[in-house]
Amino acid sequence: MSTASIGHNISLERRAWNIRRHALLMGEVQGQGYIAQALDIADVLATAYFHAMTFRPDEPDWEGRDRFLLSNGHYAIALYAALIEAGIIPEEELETYGSDESRLPMSGMASYTPGMEMSGGSLGLGLSIAVGKGLGLKRKNSDSRVYTLFSDGELDEGSVWEAIMSAAHYKLDNLIAIVDVNNQQADGPSTAVMAFEPLTEKLEAFGWFVQRVDGNDLAAVRDAFDAAKAQMGSGKPSMIIADTLMGKGVPFLEAREKNHFIRVEAHEWQLALAALDERKPS
Amino acid sequence: MKPAPQSAPAGAAKPRLTTSAMIASIASEGQRTKPAPFGHALNALASGDARIVGMTADLGKYTDLHIFAQAHPDRFYQMGMAEQLLFGAASGLASEGFTPFCTTYAVFASRRAYDFIHQTIAEEDRNVKIACALPGLTSGYGPSHQATEDLALFRAMPNMVVIDPCDALDIEQAVPAMAAHQGPVYMRLLRGQVPLVLDEYGYTFELGKAKMLRDGYEVLFISSGIMTMRALEAAKALEADRIDVGVLHVPTIKPLDTQAILAACAKPGRLVIVAENHTVNGGLGEAVAGLLMREGVHPAYRRIGLPDEFLAAGALPTLHDRYGISTEALCTQVRAWLK
Repeated sequence: MSTASIGHNISLERRAWNIRRHALLMGEVQGQGYIAQALDIADVLATAYFHAMTFRPDEPDWEGRDRFLLSNGHYAIALYAALIEAGIIPEEELETYGSDESRLPMSGMASYTPGMEMSGGSLGLGLSIAVGKGLGLKRKNSDSRVYTLFSDGELDEGSVWEAIMSAAHYKLDNLIAIVDVNNQQADGPSTAVMAFEPLTEKLEAFGWFVQRVDGNDLAAVRDAFDAAKAQMGSGKPSMIIADTLMGKGVPFLEAREKNHFIRVEAHEWQLALAALDERKPS
Repeated sequence: MKPAPQSAPAGAAKPRLTTSAMIASIASEGQRTKPAPFGHALNALASGDARIVGMTADLGKYTDLHIFAQAHPDRFYQMGMAEQLLFGAASGLASEGFTPFCTTYAVFASRRAYDFIHQTIAEEDRNVKIACALPGLTSGYGPSHQATEDLALFRAMPNMVVIDPCDALDIEQAVPAMAAHQGPVYMRLLRGQVPLVLDEYGYTFELGKAKMLRDGYEVLFISSGIMTMRALEAAKALEADRIDVGVLHVPTIKPLDTQAILAACAKPGRLVIVAENHTVNGGLGEAVAGLLMREGVHPAYRRIGLPDEFLAAGALPTLHDRYGISTEALCTQVRAWLK
């Protein structure tokens, strides 16, 4: 079964909206969470899971699946929302988010959650694992792909550049990496913490096929995934640089002063859900 | 504090040794050796198991992995001088069903890539085998290449099996045992012309098992790695002093063979000496001491290991004498303790 056969009549706009809603509900459970990041990356995750990737909801470890590695483990709230939307995790489980004995810990770990391919949290690990998975899939003559999401702050980690060099060296055209450029990391704007621009030119110089898109423009994101998938056979790994807006979809969170960990007051979760509900796509 | 370089007094009979090559063999002159036991054992294993792949971070030639790379070029991954990538990618290959054997120097695996091994391999319980050269004090290059803390670091890591082999026989038998174990394993590696010692003792390597190589009623060495070789040499030398010395070889540091160690230490009236090519902090010595304390077995206990300091550069024989892990130094310490 591929994604084409599950909910093919549901628009990507609606998928992204559903992901945002699942994430807000989880955030409300804990009274905290990296909700602004979840809202900014929802369009990318909707496109990955409901346009680009092949998987079986009832068989998360199916050998023929595309792999999705969440390097920035604190984005787990966003990936859980996508996995719920994909039918890999039951929706009622979101009420357990971050609680004792839950399969949905606040930082993503491989052994806890179906569909979670790696243990993130320590930043900069994902691309190296993705290189190994890309090599492994090629050894098996598999046509599955490895997708990995990481954050712009992780560009500070030397290991990320080790992996970027090696993916080009090994011509891993089955590897599609997405970097979320929301320009916010723990100590401030990512570009101010450590300058990483011009990112497109840098990555192209490293031998990657690079696209830079508005990560909250679903049509642009979809086209970028299509072009990245078309790289299979080219010998080039693909990078999608997704410029995103933290808090996207909830205007008062979009407008809030930017911070790595945006504070949401207890009464604001319902306000956020109401704001989102006003913008429900068909 | 680092000891000042010692210059030989004028007219001294003993020549001043020069710092040996970084990868100097630890074999003494005239000792029986076997070439590249790790590389040859891995080749033998790989011909019967298509899941085996080899990976290194620009140290294939210096970890005997080049033997595997020559025999199986399509199963060899050169990851460049990038240890974090090496172990992250190994995790990825393992998650796709392969069994990567990764090599580098012990200093780089234990210090530089520790978090990558911890998170992507141990925490995820990936089937990755790590074999690392220059364990403990087996390089004269100074602290940059002397992995004096690797056993403590990997012992502390959940899921990790830790092996400190003595000689070529230990290594060639440990390789298939590592593969047979499902999960991560760290092995200290001796490369090049590796001493062959244990074949004289009817020994076979078994993962998780300590082996009594010789018994003795007065002293018992509990040792791992090259210190077992030294302990055996010391035991022979001390025969001249009519000191009866036993040697319990503990090649698997974790999980520890608690039963064998407790049984050996329960024998009354015997001085127990743990000898390790490792800092005295957190290695075999403290593992054994902790076990004995917990279980209420209290023999007279001494430890031989490297001091808690950054070690000097120099020729290995000089350094082994200075830090008390040469055969002669072992004998001297035993005689003093028995006085």
